Amino acid sequence: MAKVLMKGNEAVGKAAIQAGCKFFAGYPITPQNEVPEYLSRELPLAGGTFIQSESEVAAINMLYGAGGSGARCMTSSSSPGIALKQEGIGYCVFGEIPCVINSVARGGPALGTIQPSQQDYNQATRGGANGDYHIPVLAPASIQEAVNFIKEAFEIADVYRTPVIVLEDGLIGQMMEPVDFDVPVKKREHTPKSEWAMGYGNGNPHLIEGIVMDAPMCEKKNRRFFKEKYEVIEKEEVRYEEYMMDDAEYAFVAYGSSSRICKTAIKTLREKGIKIGLIRPQTLWPFPQVPFQNKNIKLFIDIEMNMGQMVPDVALAVNDKNKVKFFGRCGGMIPSPEEVVEATEKIIGGAK
Amino acid sequence: MPTTLFKKPNGLTDKKFHYCPGCGHGIVHRLIAECVDEMGDTNNTIICAPVGCAVFIPNYFVYDSIHCAHGRAPATATGIKRTHPDKTVITYQGDGDLASIGMAEIIHAAARGEKFTTVFINNGIYGMTGGQMAPTTLPGMKSTTSQSGRDPKLNGNPIRICELLATLTGPAYIERVAVDSPAHVIRAKAAIKKALQYQKEKLGFSLVEVVSSCPTNWGKTAVKAMEFVKTDMIPYYPLGVYKDIKEGK
Repeated sequence: MAKVLMKGNEAVGKAAIQAGCKFFAGYPITPQNEVPEYLSRELPLAGGTFIQSESEVAAINMLYGAGGSGARCMTSSSSPGIALKQEGIGYCVFGEIPCVINSVARGGPALGTIQPSQQDYNQATRGGANGDYHIPVLAPASIQEAVNFIKEAFEIADVYRTPVIVLEDGLIGQMMEPVDFDVPVKKREHTPKSEWAMGYGNGNPHLIEGIVMDAPMCEKKNRRFFKEKYEVIEKEEVRYEEYMMDDAEYAFVAYGSSSRICKTAIKTLREKGIKIGLIRPQTLWPFPQVPFQNKNIKLFIDIEMNMGQMVPDVALAVNDKNKVKFFGRCGGMIPSPEEVVEATEKIIGGAK
Repeated sequence: MPTTLFKKPNGLTDKKFHYCPGCGHGIVHRLIAECVDEMGDTNNTIICAPVGCAVFIPNYFVYDSIHCAHGRAPATATGIKRTHPDKTVITYQGDGDLASIGMAEIIHAAARGEKFTTVFINNGIYGMTGGQMAPTTLPGMKSTTSQSGRDPKLNGNPIRICELLATLTGPAYIERVAVDSPAHVIRAKAAIKKALQYQKEKLGFSLVEVVSSCPTNWGKTAVKAMEFVKTDMIPYYPLGVYKDIKEGK
């Protein structure tokens, strides 16, 4: 099908409907308001339920019920709103609820600012709920990729019975780009919901579990998650892009919007004779390891719209923190390609 | 042929209740199961457990169930009922859960007219955590966090949930009952049945508040606790129907 020009947030809403989302609950917050606005209009036409919840807290707990009842479900929010959802995300993890959380990050902390930011890397990959857990985090760098990842997120959520976060920023949410909504996303096999969800028990009770009072049993459940979910996800679900890495001596490490700025900077730097490429993690958890084993790379230069939240992950993957450098802007400020070029030249110059 | 006068309802499992002697939870659990049985919905019901002593509800009912986050049962039940509109959905919540940390969720679920039923247990205290002051703790009543007795000037005033929710348009049925005497237990059952019936007829949100007891954290015997419900709790929390859209109330 021909591409259509669409705003990121609306495209996310349309992708969710295409993916078979039947329940959405959300609360207004900039810069993601077009997601609930679009779905309030379109989801009921597709046979789904839209609820503007009284709070972010209620929205995620509605997903806990709807997802626990077998519905494909999604919520969407931005930084302070995602902070409020953390408790409910923990319940969705422990109750093994497949659900998608669309997170359109803005500058923080607190109300911070409404401009685009990547200051929620730790919030997404480390989370703020209590307990030991991981959540797959997909980080699109274009509206096309956001559409593809939303659809894929529903599949991953069903396969592993886990919440999945699609982490964007205000740039992806607010800009318009041509999108092809017919890019196929692989449908995956998963346990039928009738085997575990509420509303299908028919005398053989199905329980969505939030408490395991017996400590040995609680440990057993934690360990099952690590063995059956997280180890498998780390093996099967890692995604990344390598750009101009074939002859590279230096590598930018960037995801989402900042990776696009890096691609522009690479052009300028290469014209100046600096052989630099880009490693772009598309999953932030699980974090890619393989591209960082590249022994030709003298320095990995992490570029983010934050104060370096991804640096520890890069340093662990490289296994040599001296080879990892950082440049970033934060608080809703977007680095220009020129700034990135200048910072890179300084870093590389200093390394000589 | 022998006549069965009383038996355990089909909706309850064989697990022994862990509740203290003189606690109202066991009575209310049975009443819910009897009503659901009588309505033919034993295999058609989903129950949402709160945080508090009743968190173990999934052990006691044969229904599909979910452990909700503290106070969030009305939001979770909203997600369930919207997904399964033909199932009977019940939230079972205590006063700390519903009237303190979950006040926003209960008010908005009621205002939206969500078609599920809430059974609200008001015993004026936090049970499971060991007797702290609840939003419904009576003035003068001692708790572990109001050790000289609740002083409204210092600790604020109790909240009357039925009266508050009855101001909304969304609820179809709201009644306050008690389980301190056989007559009140019979009345409580009728109220729960009516609330479930209204849910089945998709008339709107329904809530039954049950004024109940917590002998352990009240520091009373089972008998004295039931007397306290009659002499102190009910005068502050008057029993009766607060909303009934069929009766134009």
